[in-house]
Amino acid sequence: MGLRPHPPELEEFATLVGSEGPVGIAGGRTHFELGGELRPGTRTVSAPVGVVTHEPAEMTVRVRAGTPVTDLEEHLADGGQMVPLDPESPASTVGGVLAVGRSGIRRLGYGHVRDLVLEITYVNSEGKLIRAGGPTVKNVSGFDLCRLLVGSLGTLGFIAEVVLRCHPLPEVSRWFMSGTDPVELLSGLYRPVSILWDGTESHVLLEGAAADVEYQADRFDLTPVAGPPEVPREGRQSVRASQVADLQGHFVAEVGVGVVHRDIRTDPPPTEAPALHRAVKARLDPTGRLNPGREVVV
Amino acid sequence: MAEWTDAENRALTDDLTNALGARQVRTDGLERALYGRDSSTMEAEPSLVVLPRDASEVAAAVRITTGHGRPFVARGSGTGLAGGAVPLDGAVVIATSRMNRLLEVDVTGRLAWVEPGILNLDLSHQVAAHGLHFAPDPSSQQVCSLGGNVANNSGGPHCLAYGVTSAHILAVEVVLPDGSTVMLGGVTAEPSGYDLRGLFVGSEGTLGIATRVAVRLTPNPPTVRTLLLDFDDTDDGAATVSGIIAAGLVPAALEMMDRRAVEVVEAFAHAGYPTDAEAVLLVEVDGLGPGVQEAVDRIAEVARTNSVRTVRVAADEAERQALWRGRKNAFGAVARLEPDYYLHDTVVPRAALTRVLRRVYEIADNHGLKVINVFHAGDGNLHPILSYDSRISGMTEKVHRAGREIVEASLDAGGVLSGEHGIGLEKRDYMGLMFSADDLAEQDRVRSVFDPRRLSNPDKIIPGGSRCADAGWSAGTRAGEGAWV
Repeated sequence: MGLRPHPPELEEFATLVGSEGPVGIAGGRTHFELGGELRPGTRTVSAPVGVVTHEPAEMTVRVRAGTPVTDLEEHLADGGQMVPLDPESPASTVGGVLAVGRSGIRRLGYGHVRDLVLEITYVNSEGKLIRAGGPTVKNVSGFDLCRLLVGSLGTLGFIAEVVLRCHPLPEVSRWFMSGTDPVELLSGLYRPVSILWDGTESHVLLEGAAADVEYQADRFDLTPVAGPPEVPREGRQSVRASQVADLQGHFVAEVGVGVVHRDIRTDPPPTEAPALHRAVKARLDPTGRLNPGREVVV
Repeated sequence: MAEWTDAENRALTDDLTNALGARQVRTDGLERALYGRDSSTMEAEPSLVVLPRDASEVAAAVRITTGHGRPFVARGSGTGLAGGAVPLDGAVVIATSRMNRLLEVDVTGRLAWVEPGILNLDLSHQVAAHGLHFAPDPSSQQVCSLGGNVANNSGGPHCLAYGVTSAHILAVEVVLPDGSTVMLGGVTAEPSGYDLRGLFVGSEGTLGIATRVAVRLTPNPPTVRTLLLDFDDTDDGAATVSGIIAAGLVPAALEMMDRRAVEVVEAFAHAGYPTDAEAVLLVEVDGLGPGVQEAVDRIAEVARTNSVRTVRVAADEAERQALWRGRKNAFGAVARLEPDYYLHDTVVPRAALTRVLRRVYEIADNHGLKVINVFHAGDGNLHPILSYDSRISGMTEKVHRAGREIVEASLDAGGVLSGEHGIGLEKRDYMGLMFSADDLAEQDRVRSVFDPRRLSNPDKIIPGGSRCADAGWSAGTRAGEGAWV
C-alpha cells in the first residue's frame, strides 16, 4: 500500500519546468496565439511523449501529454477503441487539445473533451508534480482540478500525463446530408453524433450499430455523402443551442451544441466574475511564470 | 470544538431573524438535532438552522453568518453517505429544501434552470412531457436534491453510459462565503474563463452554496430492454461484465448482486430474483430498436460463454420495473439482517472486481461481520454493505476498522476512495492514501480562493487544519425503507 511514485520521465519534465522564471509550453502549436502571444523571449518546454498503457477492458488509456493525437488514435484503434478528442489539425497533441479545451465536431454525440479526462498529472508553478482525479472511470475523490486544467491554456500548470476514458470504435460511422430543418433533425434523430448546419443544409454524422444507422437514414430520408463539410476556422462563436436557427451570414453551426464556426475573426465573450477567475490564477501561479502573455480570462 | 457563548449565539440568531423572519430561522433542540446528521454514521450539532426561500435569503444568511465569524453548511435532502452535511464547529445549517422550483425549460436547447432543492426524480417527472429526463439517477433519486447531486458529483446506475453529474451541469449560480453571488459556467457552448463550474461540482459545499443550476436534459430512449442474468459462480458474473465491455457494448446500466444480497432483496421486494444464484446481473440496454435487439443478443451470448444459468429478458414495462424495484430497494431490505448498516463506496478496475470482492468477504469474516454486495459492476463501483447491531459493545468500532481495510484493498487494486458518495468527513483522513501532501496542498490552495476563512463546510474533504472534536460516530445508520445506495 502506498502512493504510486511518479515515473522518471515525469520527474524530468518537472525539473525542466523548474520553479523560477517565466516558462512556456508548446504542443503542436496549432493554437499557439490563442489567448495572446507568449511573452517574447520566454523559453518553452514540451511535455513527455508516448502511450503508457491502454487497457481495453477498463476502457481507459494512460498517455503522456506530448503525444500526437494521431498516434494515440492509431494505438487505440488496435484495441478497437477511440478517444474522441477530434482536433482540427493532425499536428495537435493530447495535452494541447486539453489545454485549449475545445471539443471537435462530434461533441453532440460524445460530450465535451473535459468529460473524457479521468486523471491529470501536471507540473505546478512551483515545479512540483501534482496528481488530480483518479485512474478509474468513476471517481469523486477530492477537488476536480482536472476540469480546472482543461481549457486553462497552460496558465495554471503544465499537463504531463493523463488518463482518458475510451469509447468503443463504432461499427459504422457515416455522413449524410439533409435539407430538413436542423432543429427537426435534432429532435427527431436519436443520438446523432454531429449535425452541422450552414443555413441551408445539414451534414449529419450517425455512428453505432449498422442496423440503427440504416434505420435512421431511411426514416429521415438522409442522403449519404463522403464526409463533413469544409468548416471555417477563422472565428468561433458560442451561442445557446436554441439560438442556432436564428444565425445570419456565412457559418457552419454545430446544432444541439451551439458552437458556430465562421470565416471571420470573432471575439470571445467576456468572462463572468472575472475577478474570481483571476484570483485562481494568482493563487496557483503567484508570479505569473506559466505561459506569460497568454490569458484565459476575458 | 469551537465554543460559542450564549451571547454570541443570541446575537447571530437575532441578526438572522431580523433579516429573514422568525419562520426561516430554527433554534429549538429537536430541529438542531435533526439537522445535525445526514445519512452517514456521523453527527454533530448545528448552532441553528436556516431555511431560506430564495437566492437573496441564502446570500443574506451567508453574509450574516460569516460576518459573525461563524461557519455554515449547505444542506439538501440529507441523503449523503459520507458525512458531508454534518455541521462541524457549531456551523449554521442552510437547508435549501424550500427552494425546489423548476424555473425554466428550454426544450430545443435541452436544458433547464432549477433551484437546488428540487428533487432529482421530480425534475425528471416535470420534464417528461417533453420526452426528456435528467440522466444521473442515484438510488436515492426520489428524495435527494439536485443541489446535493451537484455537491457530490453524484452517480447512479445509468451513469455507465450517460456520465456522472458533472457532465450534466452547464452553469451554477453560487453564493460565495463572503455573501456575494457569482455565475460559474454558462448555457452557451464555450463560456470563457477557467472551468470553475467543473471545479464547483463535487466540491461538497466547501466553495459556497448553489442557488440556481442549469442542467442538461437527455432525450428519453425510444427502446429500453432489461436483462436478468444469474450465475452459479461469482467469477462467471464478473467475467460477463468484462466480456460485455470488451465486446464494445456500453449498456445503459450494468449492476451486480451477490447471493446474500439477492436473498435479502427477494424476501423484501419480491422482484423475482433467483435466490439460489451466486451472482445476479441486471443489464439494461437502450437506444433504437434494431441496435438494442442486437445488443441484447450479444449480451446473452457473452453470458452463455460464461456459463450463465438463465437469461431472462423483461417482457414488458411492468416486469422491467419489478426487476429494478429489487435493485433500487436493496438497502431497505438490509433491515432484515441487522438494525444498522454501514455502506461503502469505492471503485476498482473492472479486472480486479472478483479479487477485491473476495478480499471484502475475507475482511468481513475476519471481523465476524455480515456483508452483502449490490453494486455498479459496469464501472467497477463497489458498494459493500456491512450490517451490524450497534447496541453490541465494540461493534461500531469493528465496522469502521473493516471499512478502512476495504478502502485499502480497493486502493491496492488500483482503485479510488469514492465513486459517487464523496469524501466528506468519512474519508477525509484517507485522502493521504491516494494523494501526496503536494496534491492536497494544491487542492487546498484552490479551495482557499473561494473560501479564505474556511467557513464554508469546514474540515471536509481535505485532512489537517483545525481538528474537529465535536463530530461523533452516531449509534449507526438505521436500516429501513428510506435507505439507498
